[in-house]
Amino acid sequence: MKKTKVSVSEVATGSLTNRRSFLKISGLTLAGTGLLLAGCSDDDDAGSNVDPTQLPGVRNGVFDLGGGDAGILTYAYALEQLEADFYTRVVNSNTFGSTFNAEEREVLADLYQHEVYHREFFKVALTGALAGTTGTVLPDLEFAYDGLNWNNRATVLATAKALEDTGVAAYNGAGRYITTPDYLVIAGKIVSVEARHAAAIRSLINPGSADFAGDDVVDANGLDKAQKPSQIIPVVASLDFIQTAFTAQYLP
Amino acid sequence: MNILKLIESFTNEGMLKSLSDKTSRRDSFSQFGKIGAGAALAAVPFGMLFSSNKATAQTATAATATSALQLALTLEYLEDEFYQMGLDANGLIPSADQTYIAQVSQHEAAHVAFLSQALGADAPAKPTFDFTMGGQLDTFTNYQTFLAVAQAFEDTGVRAYKGQAGNLMSNGDLLTAALQIHSVEARHASQIRRMRGNKGWITGNNGGNMPGFTQPVYDGEQNTTQGGANITTLSATNGPALTLNGATESFDEILTGDQAVTIASLFIVS
Repeated sequence: MKKTKVSVSEVATGSLTNRRSFLKISGLTLAGTGLLLAGCSDDDDAGSNVDPTQLPGVRNGVFDLGGGDAGILTYAYALEQLEADFYTRVVNSNTFGSTFNAEEREVLADLYQHEVYHREFFKVALTGALAGTTGTVLPDLEFAYDGLNWNNRATVLATAKALEDTGVAAYNGAGRYITTPDYLVIAGKIVSVEARHAAAIRSLINPGSADFAGDDVVDANGLDKAQKPSQIIPVVASLDFIQTAFTAQYLP
Repeated sequence: MNILKLIESFTNEGMLKSLSDKTSRRDSFSQFGKIGAGAALAAVPFGMLFSSNKATAQTATAATATSALQLALTLEYLEDEFYQMGLDANGLIPSADQTYIAQVSQHEAAHVAFLSQALGADAPAKPTFDFTMGGQLDTFTNYQTFLAVAQAFEDTGVRAYKGQAGNLMSNGDLLTAALQIHSVEARHASQIRRMRGNKGWITGNNGGNMPGFTQPVYDGEQNTTQGGANITTLSATNGPALTLNGATESFDEILTGDQAVTIASLFIVS
């Protein structure tokens, strides 16, 4: 686990009030201190601490995504932060114009737009929904891409593919844990865009093939992948892009 | 089945308006002309689509997990048959595109099998389809028409599944499966759109060089209010400025069950 580089205050006590928030999360309370931290890759007891009443926030110096709807949305926010940051670096690279052809630049520029919209949406939505609490909104994560060569077309596209496919699997696997219908709709509105992204990136990598919806992601029933947070987070962590430690002990 | 209720349900103003919209609006498919309101009345009764049980025909549009899957299966029947017929049409699909269409077709067939099994005795029968809309479309003799209809189907499927997710919350396994199908349809949509020279995502309510009768597939996609927030007020922090196109593209929109049925009914004769 990386050291926390972001300074956040410990979760204080408090409760939610229903202010003018875009989305409302009610009925949640903060737990006390002394919570066990699950390791990033510790799957053994993943799921045993699932607790939908846990708000996101720092526990023992590390930000936990929280449980319940707030946890799922925060989890989505974290993934969107990663994607947005990645595509920002892609389009900002001074070799963007020479590494990619016109079609690829248009696709990547659009993916940048969409992921930034997703990220900023979740930031506003969570800030509103968690109004009245302190330290519950996931801070800006830090990212680093050691060794990733931004002017290597194959590497950038392969990374984009991994992120998009992971995003699809993450949203598909998280849907069943959302209890508020409006949030499920929002997740639905986003996941199909991620899937459109995935197909486009895959077709750029291997044009003329069935990879856009390849047999590596779509099974014999015609179903895309769906993975729980406890399955997705270790995969994302292994990319080593996210430098800020966080836990997700209350998510399935 | 109540004929009066059927007629009432299919002659809502929105649908008539969309059907009669002039196709001259940036529409290169001039051969489509106007699809008259008469076509709507030939559509299948709601009762047939949602249940084989006559007693529930009157409540066919009630939202349940079963009705959600019945709608899904109906759309999958439609897509499955459409692609099968396309692949069977000699000389229609260029060899360079066979791989794409075959993969999509394979998935739609798999979706039919999966949903049929999930529904068991509640599975509706496959409707009788007419993908030419009474001869108005050269769907299986003109590849550009075939692809345009394919795009409409895929974009409709994405929106329709999304609209039904809420009805499946009572069953986590079925909800997850629906989401897993939904994202595959989105992959399809992206690919078909890009084959047609469009972006893989939908900009505003413009389907992208689509015939006028498909506008209901895209109405609403221009929405920029998400979760009560006007997302056009959002801004980028360290990169190129966000655009309105980006705002509309970054979220897909739902179609209600009724809206999805209305679109599908254009191609259902019984």
